[in-house]
Amino acid sequence: MYKYILRRLIQMIPVLLGATFIIFAMVYALPGDPTIGLCGERPCPAAFVAEFRDKHGLNDPLHVRYLTYMGNLLQGDLGTNFRDIKVVDELAQRYPVTTKLAAMAILFETVIGIIAGVLAGIRKGKFIDNLVLVSTLFVISVPVFVIGVSLQYSFGLKWPIFPATVGSDATVYRLVLPAFVLGSASIAYAARLTRTNLVENLRADYLRTAIAKGMSRPRMLGVHALRNSLIPVVTFIGADFGGLLGGAIVTERIFNIQGVGGFLFTGIRNRDPVSVVGTVTILVLVFLVVNLLVDLLYGVLDPRISHD
Amino acid sequence: MTEASTIAVGAEAGAPTGGQADEGRSLASDAWRQLKRNPIFWVSVTLIVLFIVMAAVPQLFTNVDPNAAVLKQARERPNANAWFGRDIQGYDIYARTIYGARASILVGVLTTLVTVVIGVTMGVLAGYYGGWLDSLVSRITDMFFAIPLLLGGILFMSTFPNDENSRYLVVVGKVVLVMAVFGWPSIARLMRSSVLQVKPNDYVQAARALGASPWRIIRSHVMPNALAPVIVVSTINLGVFITVEATLSFLGIGLTPPAVSWGVAISDALVALRTTPHILLFPSLFLSLAVLAFIMLGDAVRDAFDPKSR
Repeated sequence: MYKYILRRLIQMIPVLLGATFIIFAMVYALPGDPTIGLCGERPCPAAFVAEFRDKHGLNDPLHVRYLTYMGNLLQGDLGTNFRDIKVVDELAQRYPVTTKLAAMAILFETVIGIIAGVLAGIRKGKFIDNLVLVSTLFVISVPVFVIGVSLQYSFGLKWPIFPATVGSDATVYRLVLPAFVLGSASIAYAARLTRTNLVENLRADYLRTAIAKGMSRPRMLGVHALRNSLIPVVTFIGADFGGLLGGAIVTERIFNIQGVGGFLFTGIRNRDPVSVVGTVTILVLVFLVVNLLVDLLYGVLDPRISHD
Repeated sequence: MTEASTIAVGAEAGAPTGGQADEGRSLASDAWRQLKRNPIFWVSVTLIVLFIVMAAVPQLFTNVDPNAAVLKQARERPNANAWFGRDIQGYDIYARTIYGARASILVGVLTTLVTVVIGVTMGVLAGYYGGWLDSLVSRITDMFFAIPLLLGGILFMSTFPNDENSRYLVVVGKVVLVMAVFGWPSIARLMRSSVLQVKPNDYVQAARALGASPWRIIRSHVMPNALAPVIVVSTINLGVFITVEATLSFLGIGLTPPAVSWGVAISDALVALRTTPHILLFPSLFLSLAVLAFIMLGDAVRDAFDPKSR
């Protein structure tokens, strides 16, 4: 087990280096002069530009800058952006908001998705099954930003049940609607996945045996069928984490949430490479760690899968 | 988005089907018999053909110029002259929606082709040859897999932005390129595991014992038997790519005006959502229908190839 974790952690190093380099190279190719707008309406004086470029290392070749950056990263320093704000401080402020949003989205995914999937699976071919299949198909095909603005309009403005925007004070109540929007497609996928696996497992020999021996239906479903059916769902929800982080950019923009996604998007818009690289590096790191945790959880849920 | 959906679909698709369902019939012809009987297959195929015709010759559906703005009639509700009404610039929404199909279909089809070519090549290299090549290819795959599709798209498109003078094909080509760069890893992973399952089969060993070259074994034995899950996932991915293109356009960095596309239309419609929601409705409806058609087609093909789901 420990060997496995160690091996995975070692494998993660080249992946993290490669992924961050891809991002680094792409971001530092961002066109435009970062000093634009720093000196009011006039262009900056040449001396200031020279000092600025020197201070931020913009004259070094790409690989040198990358190595310096990674060196600093190892010491927990994500750099200072062109507006003299420490990226670490900014992220520390914004991460809790996005984490809350993503956690609520995952909660919706697991609760609504699995319940809908189980209902559909045990009544295969009946009305509720068709209802779940059709509605999930609908949610999957409508793009998340259309769902977002429509729900914002319906439940935020027309029938104001939830606040239309979140703003600086991100309470759980305010995040309900955005989290639902963020998780909507995944709720549908989780429901379909649960249904498919449950239907398959309900026909398996071990369940036929259980029924033949007179096991009660709740016990059969809960203990035997569901536990086996949920393994792929857990993998899906874990892997979906990356998608949630990407989707958060759209959701946070629609609902004006001061989270990591919004920070990233402003960073790109303001040609602020330091903030962008820092944010994405952390996102990729989180994504890789979550994937590792999911793989470990896999072994716990299904003893047949051993990591030794 | 893609990663997640692909995994969901991949897990749903399960193991590639080995062996023949019935004696005397090949897997493909058996699947085709199943497909022919499935109404969902025919509905989705009809929709897809319709959208492709729309993309190729929009003139068949409308003779209104999508770039002719009648500002006086801006925000008009659907009426006899403009079936879907007019948007905030006074463009005919019906004509814009018909012409918008081209961008989405083009982006979806091209991206899918590129991801399949790269993904299958990488997957076969890793799965068939194994060893250090497998480690190398798998790590490269992981690197690109670690960057979510939408995130990579936003980064890339803001690094190489469009302006009004960019040629149409350049604009489309850039969106295709970025989605292909970050979209192929899921196909590669799927293909690798699929090849790994096909490789130990007797017919592959027999071909090797008879002295067939690796290229011949891959081409005529491994590929035909390992491709089914990739076809299913790619079909569904096509819909996902269309959505991601629209999302990028929504954020103002994918396709940009004067390109006519559903994503651009939706993005433009948001300003007027409170007063004239019909501007949002029609492009969203077409976009969703196109995505739906590809998802349903993928579902139908998967069911046909998977005897367990019957």
